[in-house]
Amino acid sequence: MIQAKEPFQFVVASYLIRICREKAAGLAEFSRQLHDCSEASIFFHTFQSLERQHYMSFSNDFAQWILAACNEAPLAEQLTAIDIRDCTSIGELRDSLTSQVDGYLKRNPSATGRIAFEPFYFCEAFEYSAPWGEQATTLAELEEGIRRMSLQTLHHHFINSRLRLRLQTNDFSHWIRNSLELPELARRVDRIDIYVNTLDGLRERLIETIHPWTNR
Amino acid sequence: MTTEIKAPSSPLAHIDDYGEIIGDSEIRELRIFAKQLDGPRVKMVNSTSVGGGVAEILNRLVPLLSELGVPTRWEVITAGNQFFAVTKAFHNALHGAAYEGHADWFDIFLATNEENRRRMQFDEDLIVIHDPQPITLVEARDGSKGKWIWRCHIDLSHPSPEVWEFLRPFVERFDASVFSSPAFTQGLKIPQYLVFPTIDPLAEKNRELEPEFIGRVLDKFGIDVKRPILTQISRFDRLKDPVGVIRAYQIVRKHMDCQLVLAGGGAADDPEGAVVLDEVKEAANGDADIHILDLPPWSHLEINALQRASTIVIQKSLREGFGLTVSEALWKMRPVVASAVGGIPSQVLHKLTGMLVHSVEGAAYQIRFLLSNPDFARKLGENGREHVKENFLITHNLKRYMLLFLSLQAQA
Repeated sequence: MIQAKEPFQFVVASYLIRICREKAAGLAEFSRQLHDCSEASIFFHTFQSLERQHYMSFSNDFAQWILAACNEAPLAEQLTAIDIRDCTSIGELRDSLTSQVDGYLKRNPSATGRIAFEPFYFCEAFEYSAPWGEQATTLAELEEGIRRMSLQTLHHHFINSRLRLRLQTNDFSHWIRNSLELPELARRVDRIDIYVNTLDGLRERLIETIHPWTNR
Repeated sequence: MTTEIKAPSSPLAHIDDYGEIIGDSEIRELRIFAKQLDGPRVKMVNSTSVGGGVAEILNRLVPLLSELGVPTRWEVITAGNQFFAVTKAFHNALHGAAYEGHADWFDIFLATNEENRRRMQFDEDLIVIHDPQPITLVEARDGSKGKWIWRCHIDLSHPSPEVWEFLRPFVERFDASVFSSPAFTQGLKIPQYLVFPTIDPLAEKNRELEPEFIGRVLDKFGIDVKRPILTQISRFDRLKDPVGVIRAYQIVRKHMDCQLVLAGGGAADDPEGAVVLDEVKEAANGDADIHILDLPPWSHLEINALQRASTIVIQKSLREGFGLTVSEALWKMRPVVASAVGGIPSQVLHKLTGMLVHSVEGAAYQIRFLLSNPDFARKLGENGREHVKENFLITHNLKRYMLLFLSLQAQA
């Protein structure tokens, strides 16, 4: 069994939600707020919303509100097509979001003045993490940790990690590639689709992907 | 004197008991976050120890926080009927009703709070004041080293300006505020956090019950187990619209056979309950299939049984803080028809975990639809339980409070 050069350090993670003073009554106001809101707010409504997306039509809160409260389905689809895996900073993600919204409003000026059925309330997420007190030095130990970690911790290691690492990858793939030197497995883990899986489903896919490699 | 509420010792569940529901890893995480806090002393203050959602939450939150190593006391302010008549008027006005208070009501409110402030000690590290009733206790913060949090359980989205502008300066003396929905806030100068209220899956009100016990409860109240049962569990309060529920039932009865159960009790801080109960009895007009059950506050097992026996659970509130009876019903996999007010849309995702309505007629229509489509109703119930498991169990509340405490400690 391959021993890692450096152990994988598990953490526990969760987040606190802060309600901002800003809210948007329609798309024009939403566009302005999207330019100016905090990075913690963009993070909450995109990265963190993936944790609760499985009952919703779309993967981020912005798209969900634009569909449900503004009835602008084409714009909602454009926003949901922005893949957070392509972004390694919130600034990049904000640029993608604002360029879609501003472009849509320019092409559809009548949408600018409409009042939404309900306002969009900007919130912020503040993530807290602490050492779990366990580490993995083999793939089998990583698999066992993935089985046992909470869903919010899974979200931290697999999804939020992109911002922390500033790389287009996740904590698991990063460690598998660099400490176990298994680039093919790292690539397969990274290809697991976070948009069509619930977090429970994501955990299953991870274990299915990693398990066959544990005895190599 | 203020009353200190001793946490019930038995047979309440311990923190590890929740592992069978949410998984042992979640329990372990709670313990890790509790350790990060390094044992701050916490005080929770509200206005009643019996009846209503806040008392129910504190009844479980306080012992569980203490068990996790966050020693927490719960105190209830002492006040007379006159004070509660004032705070009930405030409550209705903050929910958007017209305020028709007398000129001296603000003075009564301030005087009662001042009496309590003089009697109470505030030497804890974190003081959490629940709802408007004890809000001016924050005046004691000048002599206290602790951080002060205002936990607002009500919907402040459309408050009467007269009452809100009176309360706002007190609210903005806190270090942080906590709301049940982003829509409930008022753009405060202090930080506003979102924490959903939660239910305890192991409490008498929510734990699994033997079918024989459920049958005995139905027998006791004369409810026919063989016919559809529509149920609304709530205090007899006009904002819960019990008369509107009767009107919806009467529309349904034109097409389908069913019974209606309206069950609830009073809260110690709600003086209007008896009047509303009389209005409900009058609206029922002697219909033998309408069961109006005025239950004492300790009837948790009976309420649990009534919810589990229900074909459909209704929550047709006109205004709502959060409406935890909805989460209780969803946890029991009951199809729910509920008004799109307050925190209910967070719990009932339309056509996914229940049906949202906006009128008596809408409620009647959705009840008929669900009675006619039991497979769809069953699916709503299954989704509802998962939704509650992910968002509205007491273990989530424990974690959010601990993170909030961590955040305030970091500021200190």
